Amino acid sequence: MPLYLNEDQAMLADTVTGFLADEGSIKKQLRHYRDMNCKDGFGHALWKQFAEMGLTGMLAAEADGGLGMGHVEAGVVLKEIGRNLTPSPFLTTSVMGVTALSEASADLKGRYLPGVIAGDAVLAVAIDEGAKHRPERIAARAERSGNGFRLSGRKDFVVQGASADAIIVAARTSGSDSDADGITLFAVPRDAAGVGHNSVRLVDSAMASHVTFDNVELDGSAVIGEVDGGRALLNKVLAAGRLGAAAEQTGVASGAFDITTAYLKTRKQFGQLIGEFQALQHRAAHLYSEIEIADATVMKAQQLLDAGSEKAELMVAVAKAKAGKAASLAVREGVQMHGGVGMTDEFDIGLYMKRDRALAEFLGDQYYHAQKVAELSGY
Amino acid sequence: MTDLEAFRQEIRAWLEENCPPEMREPVRDDDDVCWGGRNFTFKNAAQKLWLDRCVAKGYTVPDWPKAYGGAGMTPAEAKIWREEMVRINARPPLSSFGIWMLGPALLKFGTEEQKVHYLGQIARGEIRWCQGYSEPGSGSDLVSLQTFGEDKGDHWVVNGQKIWTSYANKADWIFCLVRTDKTNKYQGISFLLFDMTSPGVTTKPIKLISGSSPFCETFFDNVKVPKDQIVGQLNRGWDVAKYLLGHEREMISATGGADRAGSLGATLGRNGALEDPVLRAQVALFDVDALAFTAMSEKFMDEVKVGKGHPAFPNLMKYAGTELNKARHELLMSAGGSTALEWESEETDGGALPRAWLRTKANSIEGGTSEVMLNVVSKRILELPGA
Ligand SMILES: Cc1cc2nc3c(=O)[nH]c(=O)nc-3n(C[C@H](O)[C@H](O)[C@H](O)COP(=O)(O)OP(=O)(O)OC[C@H]3O[C@@H](n4cnc5c(N)ncnc54)[C@H](O)[C@@H]3O)c2cc1C
Ligand SMILES: Cc1cc2nc3c(=O)[nH]c(=O)nc-3n(C[C@H](O)[C@H](O)[C@H](O)COP(=O)(O)OP(=O)(O)OC[C@H]3O[C@@H](n4cnc5c(N)ncnc54)[C@H](O)[C@@H]3O)c2cc1C
Repeated sequence: MPLYLNEDQAMLADTVTGFLADEGSIKKQLRHYRDMNCKDGFGHALWKQFAEMGLTGMLAAEADGGLGMGHVEAGVVLKEIGRNLTPSPFLTTSVMGVTALSEASADLKGRYLPGVIAGDAVLAVAIDEGAKHRPERIAARAERSGNGFRLSGRKDFVVQGASADAIIVAARTSGSDSDADGITLFAVPRDAAGVGHNSVRLVDSAMASHVTFDNVELDGSAVIGEVDGGRALLNKVLAAGRLGAAAEQTGVASGAFDITTAYLKTRKQFGQLIGEFQALQHRAAHLYSEIEIADATVMKAQQLLDAGSEKAELMVAVAKAKAGKAASLAVREGVQMHGGVGMTDEFDIGLYMKRDRALAEFLGDQYYHAQKVAELSGY
Repeated sequence: MTDLEAFRQEIRAWLEENCPPEMREPVRDDDDVCWGGRNFTFKNAAQKLWLDRCVAKGYTVPDWPKAYGGAGMTPAEAKIWREEMVRINARPPLSSFGIWMLGPALLKFGTEEQKVHYLGQIARGEIRWCQGYSEPGSGSDLVSLQTFGEDKGDHWVVNGQKIWTSYANKADWIFCLVRTDKTNKYQGISFLLFDMTSPGVTTKPIKLISGSSPFCETFFDNVKVPKDQIVGQLNRGWDVAKYLLGHEREMISATGGADRAGSLGATLGRNGALEDPVLRAQVALFDVDALAFTAMSEKFMDEVKVGKGHPAFPNLMKYAGTELNKARHELLMSAGGSTALEWESEETDGGALPRAWLRTKANSIEGGTSEVMLNVVSKRILELPGA
């Protein structure tokens, strides 16, 4: 498969690019909801529009009412979300949530998928326990109780947790905290008794929860996939989420880069355009090269993941690390090359820096993933 | 089975049958490379056998037309050929500036007679070429070159000096940029081909920091060049030169890919150097860049095949690929510790590691420096303002 979008994917990209540049713009979405101090951190009306365009269920199987598309297509959407800094539950809901539900019972799918696909429902995913992403260690525990389970523990960085109709929780049902086995995924409904949210606004204006589970009673139907055998599904959800975040970061990087080069072509100092200074030209050219490489890497990983290749895991780690490196450079250079105005809230470049920071931490930063590359390469 | 799958089976079987085991060992140094040419001595019988077999099938230049010594493979077939070669670690049967640089330029700008004659010689490994571009006063600013060809009716008389001419003392012929009009900077250069044994051509090797002397100062003292040995039009040699540079940059950028050696850390893991956690971390971060660049190379090749992508993109590839390769060798040196300092011991293959490390420093100079590449990217792709 060649490493560029095929005709259908390019058409999708065209549509989504236009749609998000308009409806998903920084002014209409990010600034609007931020300035009104919105408790969800995103707009439900736009989510409904995502549904009308068929985006909410793009990864769901056709048999489940979705479009049965792959990560290349989801990446097309996420890249534009990143470019416009659109606040959206797309990544947690339509990518990670839907991937988790793909292995759920018909009953559980029936409970949540129609709402997601219709743009009425939102899903959150609860994995991290602590400030850094360490999914190898899971301590939140679900003990068997009657026909079901009783869940206790604490999860952090649950993005859009408080507005979600269900939280998909990775919990331990056997073994000790650092065991690979003994993990089970649960879909915990919004109104379950014993779920506590401490919802906080993040640097990029998104909302995330510290969630506590205090003896939350779940019946057996809340289990996704196999009891104790959830690690493989968790890894699948993580791969989808990491690659999605990487795609979004390439969008953030491109968006930051575009407004920065535009600025270099308009701002004058010393009687000339600052874009004429070679000191800035070389840094811009280097940055462009990094962004292009990150783009290619993300697409390669998407194709491998869609093809079910055994090389996908390594390339997903490479993609998240490389996209993280490139996007971080893009926003740092972006602010610097804007000079003083780069520090103002009025200019958008600082907003790119904030979103990038959140995406960098989400599901593992470049250091975590470089470590993963080392492990998977056998050193 | 699709045609391409059948083609892959066919190539795989042919390689299995015809590539000698000695030619599936990694290339250790320049001595292992088959450069061809009038004066080439084969290192062993396997090297010659491998070349002869490939020449017979057109596999030295698989994607050139059959009429010019190639195998006429489509881009998709050529990709399969490369993949199958990599799969068994097969060495290229023939390496040459003729294949990488002059050939593509002749395919685009040469006359039919030139194509049949010169391309055939290149494909069969009969003539070894060198590149006469740089001059003492004209490196990055190549277009300022001064070597002059005076019109004498049916021939030119060439006078001047080139420098950094790689393998000039081993080459049979040179493709050379010569000023044929002093009044026009860009449209006053012609692209000439001539025999290095022509009277008036002398070479003087230059010793590199890596200890070897692969390149030369090259002097032209009243060298006679017949008029039919020009590629493209008179005074339009800059177009040919630039086109050729694009291919040269593509070729050099390929050295940065991780596909040859896989992950760097995986190869170092065995020598204990990675017990240092900070070095290990640096290697891991490097491997991220290296594996990412592999994807970029693949995307670049895929796009070139269908004419997508910006025409100035090879400059970006050259920049990124060569900087990566330098970084790789810095880490190899750190991991090697004091062993990597040994310049002449038998155990170290005559100091292969430090010599290779030093040689990579030229990657970001030869074929256009990194700074020049960044200039081109910022002007032509990013369209930043200024001269
Ligand atoms: C938080 C903050 C507090 C400040 N407080 C004060 C204050 O109290 N009083 C006051 O007077 N000012 C103050 N400043 C202004 C500050 O001094 C300027 O922002 C600074 O001099 C840069 O000028 P500029 O913002 O116009 O950027 P520009 O000069 O427009 O620079 C934009 C970009 O172009 C680059 N650039 C410009 N010229 C060249 C060149 N020749 N070669 C290469 N690159 C070039 C810059 O490095 C920068 O990356 C403050 C700024 C900030 C951010
Ligand atoms: C191993 C090797 C093999 C070679 N083989 C050949 C060969 O076979 N045939 C041949 O013709 N040539 C060959 N060359 C020559 C090579 O093409 C030149 O060295 C190269 O073009 C740079 O020219 P220069 O050495 O004169 O450096 P200069 O042009 O003098 O550059 C010196 C420094 O200034 C920087 N610089 C120059 N201009 C600019 C600018 N506009 N903006 C910013 N920075 C700038 C450069 O990047 C460099 O860092 C080879 C070189 C090497 C090292």
